[in-house]
Amino acid sequence: MQKTYYDPADLRKFGKISDWNEELGSKFFDYYNSVFQEGKLSAREKSLIALAVAHTIQCPYCIDAYTGDGLQRGITKEEMMESLHVAGAIRGGASLVHGVQMMNKVNKLEM
Amino acid sequence: MATKSLHKRHNELAIAKRQLEILSNGIFRDGELPTFKNKISESGQFPLKANKLEVLQINVGYMCNQVCEHCHVDAGPDRKEIMTRETMLQCLEVIKNTGAHTLDLTGGAPEMNPDFRWFVDEASKAGIKDFIVRSNLTIIRANKKYHDLPEFFKNHNVHVVSSMPHWTRGKTDKQRGDGVFDKSIKALQDLNAIGYGMPGSDLRLDLVYNPSGAYLPGDQASMEKDFKKALLEDFNIQFHNLFAITNLPISRFLDYLIASENYEDYMYALVDAYNPAAVANVMCTNTLSVSWDGYLYDCDFNQMLELPVDSKVKHISEYNEELLEGRNIVISQHCYGCTAGAGSSCQGVVA
Repeated sequence: MQKTYYDPADLRKFGKISDWNEELGSKFFDYYNSVFQEGKLSAREKSLIALAVAHTIQCPYCIDAYTGDGLQRGITKEEMMESLHVAGAIRGGASLVHGVQMMNKVNKLEM
Repeated sequence: MATKSLHKRHNELAIAKRQLEILSNGIFRDGELPTFKNKISESGQFPLKANKLEVLQINVGYMCNQVCEHCHVDAGPDRKEIMTRETMLQCLEVIKNTGAHTLDLTGGAPEMNPDFRWFVDEASKAGIKDFIVRSNLTIIRANKKYHDLPEFFKNHNVHVVSSMPHWTRGKTDKQRGDGVFDKSIKALQDLNAIGYGMPGSDLRLDLVYNPSGAYLPGDQASMEKDFKKALLEDFNIQFHNLFAITNLPISRFLDYLIASENYEDYMYALVDAYNPAAVANVMCTNTLSVSWDGYLYDCDFNQMLELPVDSKVKHISEYNEELLEGRNIVISQHCYGCTAGAGSSCQGVVA
């Protein structure tokens, strides 16, 4: 067993998940590739969404992949950072909006 | 940012043989990655052979006003290799008789060759269909004596192909040097002002995009759309096409890859993106590269690696198009740069 949970070299082996279940693996990758095609949203917009989500779910493989993908598409580092703040705002907001629940409870319990 | 070439700094990567050693060692020697020869053999594409000549590319010298981080020529103000008028005369003989439809002048900054204008004047008389000059744009603004270059190009119906790594100042200056972005913008506006790059204009102005770092270029058509939108909105600049060119792992870009510990990952990225369809149309199959001293190479990259053509004909003075046709292309691992993804050539994607 390797000494760390994550190895950057494993990212290149992502496709190997199909080796142990060809049918579902190929269905997943077909779906994955279709998702990132130009559509109502541009491939560029999707790349930025992927980067923000990657940081939200804190997936090192995805951060690696979509930072590289962004650079390839000519996305600037300022644009990338801005997209992360969207992730940060939603994450922070998700905590804080529950504050209303806390306030409701306090208001209910306090005389 | 460095202001001297690898040659001037006596860097070991200024030596072609050393670069070739690096490209054959390590991950390629121990079989972790297949050599280019083995890879193209898998699809029955070895040996790669030259077809009919279409593009004659002449490098008129390695001197340049810029010292770009990624330059595969290792060009700069300190490079003194400049094509003489004598060699130009030998080239003109070939230009007059070639079946090639494109003449492509490159450098360095070709405009810095003292005989550049004379050469363009003479070469334009040969009536080649597409006459390209690869201009770095800033040369036009570098000195008063170059300010009239746009007019000069127009008078000779030259097709201008210019480098522009990004539509933002930060990314451009990081790769090409401080102030390059502003000067390039001004030069593009000058070219637009006399009709270059305008929609429907015969005065062709194309831009070349090279990634400014250890990653591959994105989709050429999408990049073109983004470049056009940004340059038009921000600077009212228009151009015709964008050529997305992959940086090949040689010379200063190789030096950068090694120094930044990106070399192995970059080679993996190139090999992973290998596309056999790009091999079929790779530019060495229809191009011949002539060096400043008149020697012949399969491409500008092989010229820099000092890998001459595999033919009896070695020099422009003994040029023979029929003998050169069908020659085996000389390859090494840098060739993966031209076969990644949609492929890469001096005219952009090939597949």
